[in-house]
Amino acid sequence: MLYRENGQFKTSYRADQQIFPIVQDRWAMLAILLIGFVLVPAFASDYMFRAILVPFLIMAMAAVGVNILVGYCGQISLGSGAFMAVGAYGAFNFFARIPGLPLIPALILGGLCATVFGILFGLPSLRVRGLYLAVATLAAQFFADWMFLRIKWFTMDTPSGSVSVSNLQVLGWPIESATSKYLFCLALLVLVALAAKNLVRSAIGREWMAIRDMDVAAAVIGIRPMYAKLSAFAVSSFIIGVAGALWAFVYLGAWEPAAFSVEMSFRLLFMVIIGGLGSIMGSFFGAAFIVVLPIFLNQFLPWAAGLVGFVISTAGVSHAEQMIFGALIVWFLIVEPHGLAKLWSTGKQKLRLWPFPH
Amino acid sequence: MKLRKVVLAVAVVAAAASSALSTSALAQAKEQFIPVLSYRTGPYAPNGTPWANGYVDYIKLINARGGINGVKLAWEECETGYDTARSVECYERLKSRGASLVQPLSTGATFAITEKAPGDKIPVVTIGYGRSESADGTVFKWNFPIAGTYWVAADAILQAVAKKEGGLDKLKGKKIALVYHDSPYGKEPIPLLQERAKMHGFDLQLLPVAAPGVEQKATWLQVRQSRPDYVFLWGWGVMNSTALKEAQATGYSREKMYGVWWAGAEPDVKDVGDGAKGYNAVTMQHGAEPQSKVVKDILEQVHAKGQGTGPKDEVGQVLYMRGAMSAMLGIEGIRAAQDRYGKGKVMTGEQVRYGLENLNLTQPKLDALGFAGVMRPISTSCVDHMGAAWARIHTWDGKQWKFSSDWLQADEQVIKPLVRSTAAKYAGEKKITPRAGEDCQS
Repeated sequence: MLYRENGQFKTSYRADQQIFPIVQDRWAMLAILLIGFVLVPAFASDYMFRAILVPFLIMAMAAVGVNILVGYCGQISLGSGAFMAVGAYGAFNFFARIPGLPLIPALILGGLCATVFGILFGLPSLRVRGLYLAVATLAAQFFADWMFLRIKWFTMDTPSGSVSVSNLQVLGWPIESATSKYLFCLALLVLVALAAKNLVRSAIGREWMAIRDMDVAAAVIGIRPMYAKLSAFAVSSFIIGVAGALWAFVYLGAWEPAAFSVEMSFRLLFMVIIGGLGSIMGSFFGAAFIVVLPIFLNQFLPWAAGLVGFVISTAGVSHAEQMIFGALIVWFLIVEPHGLAKLWSTGKQKLRLWPFPH
Repeated sequence: MKLRKVVLAVAVVAAAASSALSTSALAQAKEQFIPVLSYRTGPYAPNGTPWANGYVDYIKLINARGGINGVKLAWEECETGYDTARSVECYERLKSRGASLVQPLSTGATFAITEKAPGDKIPVVTIGYGRSESADGTVFKWNFPIAGTYWVAADAILQAVAKKEGGLDKLKGKKIALVYHDSPYGKEPIPLLQERAKMHGFDLQLLPVAAPGVEQKATWLQVRQSRPDYVFLWGWGVMNSTALKEAQATGYSREKMYGVWWAGAEPDVKDVGDGAKGYNAVTMQHGAEPQSKVVKDILEQVHAKGQGTGPKDEVGQVLYMRGAMSAMLGIEGIRAAQDRYGKGKVMTGEQVRYGLENLNLTQPKLDALGFAGVMRPISTSCVDHMGAAWARIHTWDGKQWKFSSDWLQADEQVIKPLVRSTAAKYAGEKKITPRAGEDCQS
C-alpha cells in the first residue's frame, strides 16, 4: 500500500536509472537528509553528537569502503584496520609536515596513501581468493601495526608514539564544536555514499560483481580480473583511508596504533556481514548495529534492571552487554543470513503488496 | 465550565511538575559528580578492578564522613575495557552529567582526553601515569599527573639500581634492558632512560612486547643472549606475570628485575608465587598498606556496613591503595577549590582545576585523612602540576610486597629540562602560548 507504484511510469532511460526509482523512496531519502542536516543538529545533545553520531557516521563510511571490496567484489579482507591506519597516519603526516595545508586536502592525501597501500596488499588477490586472501590481507594489518609502532618517522618522533592534531578547520569554519564535527562527517559521508552508490551501478561496479559471482566466467566474457580486483582495492581503501583519517582527527583527536588494531578489521568485516554484503544501505545498518547497539545496551541494561528493582555491577553490565550482543549477532545471521539490508528490502516488498499478500 | 476544569488541571499538573523539577535540581545541586572510568573486563581487568574498587570505596568513605564540607559526592562508573574509543564515549557520556574532574586510567585515553579537556574545561587527573611532560602546568593547563610520572618512575628505579651498585658512576658500561608494553604507556620512560644513558654511559637495550603481552618468547631469548645487568619491566596486566614466568624459564635472576608501579601489584605476582620471589618494583609513594588508618576507616565505615565494592581481603593491597589515593588527591583538589570559592558549594571543572593547582597536602592534613605513612606531603603549583617526585622500591617476598628501599626522589636536574623541552615542543605543535603569571591566579 505504502509502496504502491501504480501510475509511476518511466518514460525515459534517465527516469529508469535513478538511484531511487520509486517516488516514495525519493521522498523518504529527502526526509532523512533533512532530518540529518537540520533536525538532528537542532535537537541532539552534545553527548549524542560526540559519542554516538560521529563514530557512527565515520564507521558507516568505513563500512561503505569495506562493502565495496568484500560485498561487491567478493575479496574478503581482514586488513581494513590497516587501511584506516594508513589513512590516518598519512593524513597526519601531510597535515603536520606541510604548514598551512587545509584539512580536506590532508584527508584526501591520507586516502590516497591508503589507496597505494591497498593496491599493494591487493596484489595477492590476483592469485588467491576466499579465506586464503583473508589471511593474506591480515599481513597488511600486521605490517601496519608494526610500521606505525616502529618507524618513528611516521609519528614525527614523538617519544610515546602517540600523535595528535588540533585546530581543525574547513575554509575558516572550525571543526571544534560537536555540531560542526557532526555536520562535517555527515556531509563527507553523504558525498562518499553517493559516489559509491553510483560507482557500483556503473560498468566498473558490474565488473566487480561479475568477478565476485564467478571470476572465471567474468574473464571469459572479457572482464580483466586484474583491473577489476585492483580497482576495487583502490576505491575501497581510499574510502576506508578517509574514514580512518576522520576517526583519528575528528573522533579521537589523539591516537596510537592500537586504535586501528586487528580488532578494528574484524569489526568492519562484521559490520558489512551483518549489515548486508553488497548493499550500500547495509553498511549503514551494520555500522549502527556494531557502534550504537553496545553503547545502547550498556546504558539500557542498568536502567531496565532498575525498573525491576535490581542493581547490576559495572562488570556485570559489561558482560551482559557482550553476551546479548553476541546472541543478537547469531540470531540475526540465522534469521537473515543476508544481513539487515535484506531484512529491510523484504519488509519493503511486503509493504508493496500489503494488505493483500499472496 | 469544562474548559475551566481543563485549564485548572493543566495548571495544577504544571505547578506540580515544576516544583518536582526544582526540588530535584536542588537535590542535584548539592552533589559533586565524579565520573569513574574503569575496566573490570578485558585483558587488563585483574589490575583494573582493584583500582576501581579502591577509588569507589574512598568516595563512599568520604560520603560516610559527611562529604566535602557537607557536599556529598555522586559518581557513576563506566566500563571502558581499556579501549580508547570506548573511553572517549564514557568520557562524553559522564561529562554531560556535570563532571568536575576525570581520571582516565589508561595512557591511550589520557592522550585522547587531553585534547578534549581544554575545550570542556574539565581537569584530567592522572595519578602516577599519563603523559610525563604534562607536569608542566604552563603548557598543560588541564592535566594533573599528581604524585609522579613515568619519568619519575624510571629515574627512581635507576637510582635504586645505582645505590645497589654503589653510585651512579658505577653504571658505566652496564647493560640495562627495558622490556616494555609496545604502546604509548610502555614508551613513556624511553626519553628519560636515553638521557640518563648518555649521562652515565650505560647501554640501554629496548625490547618491545606486543600488546597485550602474552607472547614474550622472542624478547626473553634476546635477554638470554645479551645478558643485561638489569631488566626494567614496563608491563601491565597479563604481561607482567608472563614476563616473570619467562624470566624464571630463562633463568634470569628476579632480583635484577625492576618493574614500574603498574607492574608491581599482587595480581602480577600471585600466579607466579615463589617464582617471583625477589622481584622488585618501584611504587609511587604508597605500597600495600593494610595497616594504614584509611584502610581501617574504609573497613569500618564502608565494608562493615555491607557497602564495600570489592572483596574485603583485597582492601589495602597495592592497586586498591592506588585507587584510594587517586580518589583522595582528586577530592582534596575539590576541597582546595572550596576553600577559595566557597565551602559547601558544588565546584565546577574550572574551580576544581584551581584547587588541584593549589593543592597543599601537609603532613598533618595527610594524618587527618588517614594517609600517615602511606605517602609524603604533596604541594602543586601553577608551574608544577606533579607536586612531588618521591617513590620507594618494594620487593615481593613470595607472599607479600615489602619495602626494600628508603624514599627516593627523582632528580629534578634531569627531569625538569626534559619536561620543559618536551612540553615546549607540544606547545609549538599546538600553538599554545605558555601561561603567564596572571593566568596562574585564576
